[in-house]
Amino acid sequence: MQKIAQIAVSILFDGLAYAMFLFITSVGLSVTMGLMGFVNLAHGAFAMTGGYFVVSLTRSLGFGFIPSLVIASVSVGLISIPFERYLYRRLYKATDLEQVLLTIGLAFMAIATFTYFYGPIPKSVPLPAWLQGDINLGFRTFPSYRAFLIVLGAGLISVLWYAFERTNIGAKIRAAVDNRRMAESVGINVDRLFTLTFALGSGLAALGGGLAIQLFGLTPSFAVIYLVLFLIVVAVGGLGSLKGTLLAALVLGIFDTTGKYLLADAGGFFIYAVVLVVLLIKPAGFYGRE
Amino acid sequence: MTEKVAAAQTARDRAAEFLISRHRFRWPEALPWLLAFAAFFLFPDRMTFGSQVLIAVMFALSLDLILGYAGIVTLGHAAFFGVGAYTVGLGAAKLGWTEPISGLLAAAIIAAIVGFISGWFLLRYRGLTLLMLTLATAIMLQEAGNLRSDISGGYDGLPGLEFKRLLGMFDYDLYGHVYFLYVLAVLAVVFFIVRRIVYSPFGQALTGIRENVRRMHAIGAPVHRHLVIAYTIAAAIAGVAGALFTQTNAYVTLTVFDFDNSARVMVMLILGGTGRLYGAFAGAVVYMVLEDYFSKLSPTFWQFGIGLLLVLAVLFARRGILGLLEQAWHRRSKS
Repeated sequence: MQKIAQIAVSILFDGLAYAMFLFITSVGLSVTMGLMGFVNLAHGAFAMTGGYFVVSLTRSLGFGFIPSLVIASVSVGLISIPFERYLYRRLYKATDLEQVLLTIGLAFMAIATFTYFYGPIPKSVPLPAWLQGDINLGFRTFPSYRAFLIVLGAGLISVLWYAFERTNIGAKIRAAVDNRRMAESVGINVDRLFTLTFALGSGLAALGGGLAIQLFGLTPSFAVIYLVLFLIVVAVGGLGSLKGTLLAALVLGIFDTTGKYLLADAGGFFIYAVVLVVLLIKPAGFYGRE
Repeated sequence: MTEKVAAAQTARDRAAEFLISRHRFRWPEALPWLLAFAAFFLFPDRMTFGSQVLIAVMFALSLDLILGYAGIVTLGHAAFFGVGAYTVGLGAAKLGWTEPISGLLAAAIIAAIVGFISGWFLLRYRGLTLLMLTLATAIMLQEAGNLRSDISGGYDGLPGLEFKRLLGMFDYDLYGHVYFLYVLAVLAVVFFIVRRIVYSPFGQALTGIRENVRRMHAIGAPVHRHLVIAYTIAAAIAGVAGALFTQTNAYVTLTVFDFDNSARVMVMLILGGTGRLYGAFAGAVVYMVLEDYFSKLSPTFWQFGIGLLLVLAVLFARRGILGLLEQAWHRRSKS
């Protein structure tokens, strides 16, 4: 009995850490998709870029892990702005197919570029001492890095929730997601708002990419392999919904971890089964509008 | 009164005439087939590669039916290719069913069943939801295969499959000449079926759904039924392409279900041009030849090039290679 409880706690803990990674990386995608209905398959490439920046900053330039995460997020956020301004903007009114093709093309180019410079071998990062080993929470120990992920995720969720629900900009974003034309008619500059959220979302994706290195190792194929997960989180949560993204990240994170603990062979089968069932019942996701 | 009847009569005649004239064979349509024969005589030692190109053409053609004509954007078309490939593979490895042509029929039927069931459920949805559902279907099939790797052979696949002689008389030669002609013949049959479909009233209805689904609903067209039928046919054709893949390579692994496989066929079709039948030919040939050349030089470089091609195609050539040629042709004939 005690053993089952132990395993359940482990699953919950790992699942929660995984869910935080999924949430941080996907939330930007959800908001930008909700705002513009733009299918951005290059989101994983921005996350991967962040990851490689962290690798270079820590390994070659000698920065600490935490400062590297911050620098990588900010710089990827800035880099994403010209992409939005000059490439994505041309295709807001285009079909899903054209958006899919453009962004898959960008993802391929990013994968090739990073393979060229970093090679196909998985990269790791040096962690500060306080993130290594285990942390004792009184009744049992947990891996410090995952605990850090959960705390960081919870912090970001609070900040984002506050920004989304309580600030002027957050209100504008919600207004634009609900009804873009109406928001424009009352004088909200949706274009600029979108550039801002796009940069923010890409920056958060880069943070997620940096955080993922320790969990899964970083290879150039990250951009495509994990993209599928981010898209699933967004589709299951419902476009443009913070609450939905969080719920989807938690459900998928915990389901996937449970599957891996209890039925390692089944691999990704469960997560996709969950996705199929949820989307067949609620095509717009948990909190999306039909 | 009689005037009205006569007017309706002429309108109907004109509509019929329009459909018939679209369906009529035009002389440039012989070109791809002549080129295929020319390739057969010009590159006798590259016929194994040639068969793979023709299989890619068939796979792209099946995607054209749903993507180009019906406007269904899918990220999981490899599911049906894989089902066809495994139908033949498992048939040969486990049941000793090694007769090639009946194998193709079996692959078409099983892929059509999978296409019908998944299409029935999935084609109610659109946009991101549909993308994710099609993608999830392909990955689930792959994971299911991996789960029962005792049957499917897992990622090691089913190697060393052997098939009976074609029609009981033609033996497979080392250079794949027989295979090339076999695949070409199957492609011709499939092509004429697809051509008939897209020029039929049913094909017109699919184009209508692509262009304006609301209007099709408004005039009372059974949109969902049309889409499911098209999806099922496309699945069957993709299944045949997959079956030919297994037969010509004599092995099959779970990588046929990869997202890469779905993305690749879509890229081919886009490069060639969607919704125009011959786009599949142009795109698949250009893609396969470029890939064959550049991926030997450097796979990384090739991947970058494909990405760049896609971006450029979306920005500057939305109607593919054939669209570009058509544009150039019109410009020339105007000046």
